[in-house]
Amino acid sequence: MSYVPNTPEEQQAMLESLGLSTLEDLLEPVPFEVRLHTPLDLPPALSEPDLKRLMGRMAARNQDLDRTISFLGAGTYDRSIPSMVPHLQRRSEFVTSYTPYQPEVSQGMLQAIYEFQTMVCQVTAMDIANASLYDGSTAMVEAVLMALGPGGRGEVVVSAGVDPQYRRVLQTYAFARGFSIKEVSVQDGVTSLEDLRSAVSASTAAVIIQQPNFFGCIEDVHAIEPIAHQGKTLFVSVITEPASLGLITPPGAYNADIAVGEMMSFGNTMSYGAPALGFMATKQKFMRLLPGRLVGQTVEEGGKKQTGYVLTLQTREQHIRRERATSNICTNQSLLAVGATIFMAALGKQGFSELGELCVQKAHYAFRQIAAIPGFEPAFSAPFFDEFVIKCPVSLSKLEQHFTQAGILGGYPLAESYPGMDNAMLFCVTEMRTKEDIDLLVAVLKEVQA
Amino acid sequence: MSVESLIFEKGATGRRAATLPAMDVPTEALEGMIPAALLREKPAPLPEVSEIEVVRHYTHLSQRNFGVETGFYPLGSCTMKYNPKLNEDMAVLPGFARIHPLQPEHTVQGAIQLIYELERYLAEISGMARVTLQPSAGAHGELTGLMLIKAYHQSQGQGHRNLVLIPDNAHGTNPASATLADYKAVEIDSDPKTGGIEMDHLKKVLEAQGANVAAIMLTNPNTLGLFDANIAEIGRMIHEVGGQLYYDGANANAVLGITRPGDMGFDVVHFNLHKTCSTPHGGGGPGSGPIGVKSHLVPFLPGPLPAKSEQGYYWQDAGPQSIGKVRANLGNFGVLVRAYAYIRFNGPDGLRHVSESAILNANYLKHELAADYEIAYPQTCQHEFVATAQRQKDEHGVTATDIAKRLLDFGMYAPTIYFPLIVHEAMMIEPTETETRESLDSFVRVMHQIAEEVHTQPELVKTAPHTTVVGRLDQALAARKPNLRWTSGQETTH
Repeated sequence: MSYVPNTPEEQQAMLESLGLSTLEDLLEPVPFEVRLHTPLDLPPALSEPDLKRLMGRMAARNQDLDRTISFLGAGTYDRSIPSMVPHLQRRSEFVTSYTPYQPEVSQGMLQAIYEFQTMVCQVTAMDIANASLYDGSTAMVEAVLMALGPGGRGEVVVSAGVDPQYRRVLQTYAFARGFSIKEVSVQDGVTSLEDLRSAVSASTAAVIIQQPNFFGCIEDVHAIEPIAHQGKTLFVSVITEPASLGLITPPGAYNADIAVGEMMSFGNTMSYGAPALGFMATKQKFMRLLPGRLVGQTVEEGGKKQTGYVLTLQTREQHIRRERATSNICTNQSLLAVGATIFMAALGKQGFSELGELCVQKAHYAFRQIAAIPGFEPAFSAPFFDEFVIKCPVSLSKLEQHFTQAGILGGYPLAESYPGMDNAMLFCVTEMRTKEDIDLLVAVLKEVQA
Repeated sequence: MSVESLIFEKGATGRRAATLPAMDVPTEALEGMIPAALLREKPAPLPEVSEIEVVRHYTHLSQRNFGVETGFYPLGSCTMKYNPKLNEDMAVLPGFARIHPLQPEHTVQGAIQLIYELERYLAEISGMARVTLQPSAGAHGELTGLMLIKAYHQSQGQGHRNLVLIPDNAHGTNPASATLADYKAVEIDSDPKTGGIEMDHLKKVLEAQGANVAAIMLTNPNTLGLFDANIAEIGRMIHEVGGQLYYDGANANAVLGITRPGDMGFDVVHFNLHKTCSTPHGGGGPGSGPIGVKSHLVPFLPGPLPAKSEQGYYWQDAGPQSIGKVRANLGNFGVLVRAYAYIRFNGPDGLRHVSESAILNANYLKHELAADYEIAYPQTCQHEFVATAQRQKDEHGVTATDIAKRLLDFGMYAPTIYFPLIVHEAMMIEPTETETRESLDSFVRVMHQIAEEVHTQPELVKTAPHTTVVGRLDQALAARKPNLRWTSGQETTH
């Protein structure tokens, strides 16, 4: 089996034109000492129909969200995707192109990314945005590296309300770069202002909060901002649930310096959590510190001056600046950015607000119903968007058994990341859940209690 | 020449495309749920367009973009081979595309199995003990690999090692990743004849600074498309001073089933699945950059790693020496599904045939182009080679850029130009194994015609392209007055 089009006869003729007789002759530069002398120990080739059957069976062993009712969020959100999005995103001219090094034949991708950068600014109310980063967690790290500046030493302050996975990634980079991290505690579901005040000092390079935070709670960003902005500190806001931007104050409106986060849920498949779509937006004055690709609008050289799009400010990047680049990022997440762009265009001004309202109303309906069941108690009183924490009267493993029977995928057990929060579950209710779904969840919880 | 206006310039107030699920729950006033100060004051000024406008707009944009399915794409070091349709279908099966990363293990047995098996395939292909599939792309893999080396050295009381050796023809990500991992990059010369590492220079550097060397980062075959025959010796020299060998897998399309980084002496290797395993590049991602390591580095890998017991597949947490997570969740699964399909479709013999055929196509093109263009290194190449426009520049002032732009007029993408940096007027050409002999021959004919034009009408080449939707764009203006976003009132010029 092979995607090699030339037949052995054609290859033989090509070899002869080179004055060679076998393919083996072309491998002469590879010394015997380092050659592989046996075939690779891999399963034998499969035909397309056989492979489809095999992989279809593997896929069927996964309980996908079309066959279960999911209340799982925690950084990854079940979102409705209009059919137009995948149809357009998967057009092969987008899918099979490389990074647009030759702009004259890459105007489509470049313009789509320019539109993406613009839409990221529109939803975050920030000045400028880049062409994407790997995912929300690495986008947060890139924001920290921006704040730390060349050399990367210093201290960053991060709220315990930031996604625990993101904080683990930050720790990994802190080990490699030699910066230090101070963690600020959470009180009643939101960042402790008192703790934050004592954590921020003259040597703090960045203050990082998540909005809404990992517990779904909406942080009082207006109270946090002046504390975060003491000294030369940059205020970094992390957004993992971008639907929230339809409804709550965007980072540009509370004077965040850098907004980063995760936009996979906008038009892209969930795919076990990745490929994801990290975004980064910032103030105009930090433009030349941005990591990653940037698309700019320009005009043709010479007389005609027609509008066109190019990769720009490339002297920040690794292929020009090498060891002095602002980041090592090269390949990013362009195709997912195209998906998010089409999604946001399809949703539009009105739809984007409605999406936020749907999430908040459905989540609050679920919250009210669950909180009314004896024994199930809200963990916090802070306002929330589409996720909330419930302390359950029974063990979560027992709960999971009931959920499985009912065809429900329950929320995230918080004790996995927050020791001591036993029996606390983070429920997520996006626009995808119907009243019927929510009522079923409530019925199951009542049954557990009884 | 034509312009497609921006989506923001289309539509009319009140238009919309997507519909949303019904509000089927009893609602309450927003202000009762969220304090007014935390509510958005003005809606995000997204476009107001209908479905037909969205569909036509992005269809038009796709038509203004060139992909492998449009035509020949000889972009060196990028391995722009055909991306099988089968793999696209597999990646969107609901069982793969509609699963959540935090689902309980028993509900995602097929996904963990796929990752478990793919890890073993990649370990076998690279000759490594274990592989983490977490890194998001090649550069992310490089950084992860260097972090592993750093953690390993620290565990051995060798934390002072602060140098990473990188040849002068390396990819730009190598020195950038070294800096990001808090190492100092030291450039090693390449041998002008062989294109490989200049052994005397390496020796000198190791004699002077060997005790501080953490690693050397190499691509083999290198960016000149040449296999460094001294690789085993280089490995011995680096290991002797206590350093580690890092393999940049960008050029792995040349080695499948022929040689393995592990057998060459490398300790760490990254794959670019979006190159070698034919997952599409998507206009600049998503990629996937798994890292394979020898056994002494396994304890430092990011967790969790897939494992299997009698009860089924599960995720095993990383041990105490792990560097920690390098991204959220478990790796670019959608890309991994495609890579899995690619490896299973090809099998061991098919993969070797991929590399042999890629090498044949490159040598065939090199041979055919040699009449019109200087070839930087005339010896047998592997999957790619570097031609130059030096002759054309000297004789007629026509540059590699001009030739690249003229190629676009013939419905072909351009080679990678001005890279590697050590070759003047470089045109790095990688045809890949999925091109027919006819498409190679037609590229040769076009390159010959361009070489003729350079003699007879150089202005035609210098002002190319002439048939694309836009002509050459003003890069200097773009950098001097950056316009990175549309703002209301701004208009595109037609």
